[in-house]
Amino acid sequence: MDWRLLTESGADEAAVSRRTFLQGTGLLLGFALTGASTEPVFAAPVSRVIDDEVTGTFAPNGFIRINPTGPVTLVIPMIEMGQGVYTSLSMLLAEELEVRLDQIQIQHAPPNHALYVNSIIGIQNTGGSASVRAFWTPLRQAGAVGRNLLIAAAAKRWNVDPATCRARGGVVFDASGAKHLGYGELADAAATLPVPPAASVKLKDPKDFTLVGTRAKRVDSPIKVDGRAHFGIDTRLPGMAIAAVAISPVLGGKAKTVDEKAALAVKGVRQVVNIGEAVAVVADHMGAAQKGLRAADITWDHGPNGKVSSADIVRQLEEKSKQPGVVARNDGDAGKAIANAAQRLEAVYQVPFLAHAAMEPMNCTVHMRKDRCDIWVGTQAPEITQLQVADLIGLPKETIRINNHLIGGGFGRRLEPDGTILAVKIARHVDGPVKVMWSREEDIQHDMYRPYYLDRLSAGLDAAGRPVAWTHRIAGSSIMARYYPSYVTDGLDPDAIEAAANLPYALPNIHVDFVRVEPPGVRTSWWRGVGPTHNVFVVESFIDELAHAAKQDPVAYRKTLLAHNPRASAVLSLAAEKAGWGSPLPARHGRGISVQAAYGSFTSAVAEVEVATDGSVKVKRVVCAIDCGMHVNPDTIEAQIQGGTLFGLTAALHGSITFKNGRVEQSNFDTYLPMRIDEVPVVEAHLIKNAEPPGGVGEAPTAIVSAAVTNAIFAATGKRVRKLPIDPESLKSP
Amino acid sequence: MAFTLKINGTPHEVDVDGDIPLLWVLRDVLGMTGTKFGCGQALCGACTVHLDGQPVRSCQAAVASVGDSAIATIEAIGRTPQGAAIQKAWLELDVVQCGYCQSGQIMSAAALLRDTPKPTDEDINAAMSGNICRCGTYQRIRAAIKHAAGV
Repeated sequence: MDWRLLTESGADEAAVSRRTFLQGTGLLLGFALTGASTEPVFAAPVSRVIDDEVTGTFAPNGFIRINPTGPVTLVIPMIEMGQGVYTSLSMLLAEELEVRLDQIQIQHAPPNHALYVNSIIGIQNTGGSASVRAFWTPLRQAGAVGRNLLIAAAAKRWNVDPATCRARGGVVFDASGAKHLGYGELADAAATLPVPPAASVKLKDPKDFTLVGTRAKRVDSPIKVDGRAHFGIDTRLPGMAIAAVAISPVLGGKAKTVDEKAALAVKGVRQVVNIGEAVAVVADHMGAAQKGLRAADITWDHGPNGKVSSADIVRQLEEKSKQPGVVARNDGDAGKAIANAAQRLEAVYQVPFLAHAAMEPMNCTVHMRKDRCDIWVGTQAPEITQLQVADLIGLPKETIRINNHLIGGGFGRRLEPDGTILAVKIARHVDGPVKVMWSREEDIQHDMYRPYYLDRLSAGLDAAGRPVAWTHRIAGSSIMARYYPSYVTDGLDPDAIEAAANLPYALPNIHVDFVRVEPPGVRTSWWRGVGPTHNVFVVESFIDELAHAAKQDPVAYRKTLLAHNPRASAVLSLAAEKAGWGSPLPARHGRGISVQAAYGSFTSAVAEVEVATDGSVKVKRVVCAIDCGMHVNPDTIEAQIQGGTLFGLTAALHGSITFKNGRVEQSNFDTYLPMRIDEVPVVEAHLIKNAEPPGGVGEAPTAIVSAAVTNAIFAATGKRVRKLPIDPESLKSP
Repeated sequence: MAFTLKINGTPHEVDVDGDIPLLWVLRDVLGMTGTKFGCGQALCGACTVHLDGQPVRSCQAAVASVGDSAIATIEAIGRTPQGAAIQKAWLELDVVQCGYCQSGQIMSAAALLRDTPKPTDEDINAAMSGNICRCGTYQRIRAAIKHAAGV
């Protein structure tokens, strides 16, 4: 690495830029040769993501570390799991700090509530499409504080007014441009200056942005194309053992018999750890550990949940949803308005349990010692993980070190510390560090699932087809009540009702309530899109039912109800226009639309499907329009729309976790089906740009796509899909 | 049992049971963690390596079955013109998201280009449908393969 730029002096700005340009492209020159040469040609750019913690001579806040030599280190408070935050959050800092992305390296933030709390979530968690929203202002302020101090240090050395100086590309220049000092040279002096309050610094006018809003390249791409990226699962430590784990197949069960002798006879196996709820075979490598686990031939006592079945869980939801729940919203008198309506509609919708099935299976490395515990894991919730481990082992949280890592797909799964807790329980019996690995089967069968929800809806229309009343009862698990109990007031879970209580539509009489029903023997948690993933499917399907009952076009019907909501109306119009709404389609083809206001963004999707006579559904095209306010990186927004759409589509077409005799019936990618490259449609992203503050993006396309698809199926076949995943049997033509 | 594996042009001695999957020899015994574990059943392609140039799921390749075959992994695939072209295209189109599956995607794509320098969509489907990406980067994977191939 050559980071002279940050320290060298005696060059003008143009020369600095030129040299940096060459330095940057030097890494890329090899690319140009690829077509012309068969010599080894790929020289990967340097890694911008580091594993070690860097302290800084100049560290004006939690996010910036500058030393006399070396790159600028940015400590990014939210974890990178594909959504692009290491790039987008770095862009916010770099814009105001006046450094380029090729001058930085990124360090994972350790747990520290005071420094790294996500102000929207209230804890240092990565989720809820809240990273850019929460850090949009704080990171720009942090960067501006750093820049002001570095400029002040230079101005002091030159004995000039700081207002006459400017910074660019990690260098401070005086008014003439003749004098300049690199940030590295200024680090010592800047560190001695008083740090101004973050809120006191002047931020750039967005029209002056040079980085924010550009299609900057991802900072983590180079290390992800040649095997250098370190995920938690790639942790390697001196003397580290590897443990393969088998968890009780039924929640609450315990190991009954374990053939330890047979396991220990396997070459490379060091130890068998039986903690009741799980058994781990500790070995030199995962191959031996898995072989030992098979040899252990474990039998289980299933405990109280040995009879749990999906059918019983659904029956329980059907029963309990007949009773009123906690009222989330009550405008006017929906009951009376329905009674007096010209036309009445009722429907029951159901969505299944879903696994996250991230590509990196659950894993966690732990080195447990008498007075401390070191943990290497990729987590969306470092603060909660640290607290829960401290609680488990009875040590102060300061002695629990969480070394966070790039996550090989989070989708909410890594918000839960259960994998780390289990690893710590095992590691307490192991001398030295141990990496606890879950197989894919363990990962799918011991997930914390998106809850099964059952929703009852009714509506009334007047003679012209306009809605006069809307009722929506949601029955299902409350993740919030377990995870963030303080956010639940009087039993009302704000996540479970999100995008159901706060509809984008103008409706005169509304009643929305929530019935909490916890399934026995099933652990539930957040899944990409959180509450709206379920609610937007239900609401947007039922609105479609209303449009049909009113004999009106689904787009026109929605537009009337969105007259007061210009941002929602605009994305609806854009998606419809780009999809060619209304243009003729062949038989058994159809288009469906949905619209959503969630995560601080407005999104609309049009799906085009073909339903074969055997009932199989082919999604041919998805057009997605989003208004997420100001853009930090449009390329990342498009990538999230492309990928997030497929995540939701996969669930709509294939996703379902079911239980029989207390066990999950699915186990690997042959029974919990992902979409593959030969099945996916083209996803078109259309971005509206405006001056609103940035909204969330990662979850929006996941939550919106299901209803667009099922509404398209209705358009193609006249059959309404009220239960996910889509069942081709029910769509067969007679 | 002792085996000598020829990995990325260098011989490596390992002493493991012959039925141990190559994946764990690479990752845990030799510390080459670029090859990823995804499913253990050859269903996802995350562990794809090349044996004598052919893409193979290393989670299902017992170390005893490898013999004298030349093993190539993601750490060295950039030394081949196809691997380098694929990596370059991946960077130019910013294909990756979480990145976990991408080692396997790139190994499959490099093998495709070696055998089929100008792949059609059907060729891409056939060669790449064994590789799962949960982030949903398929659209860019397809575009990047075409970009690398100049089609």
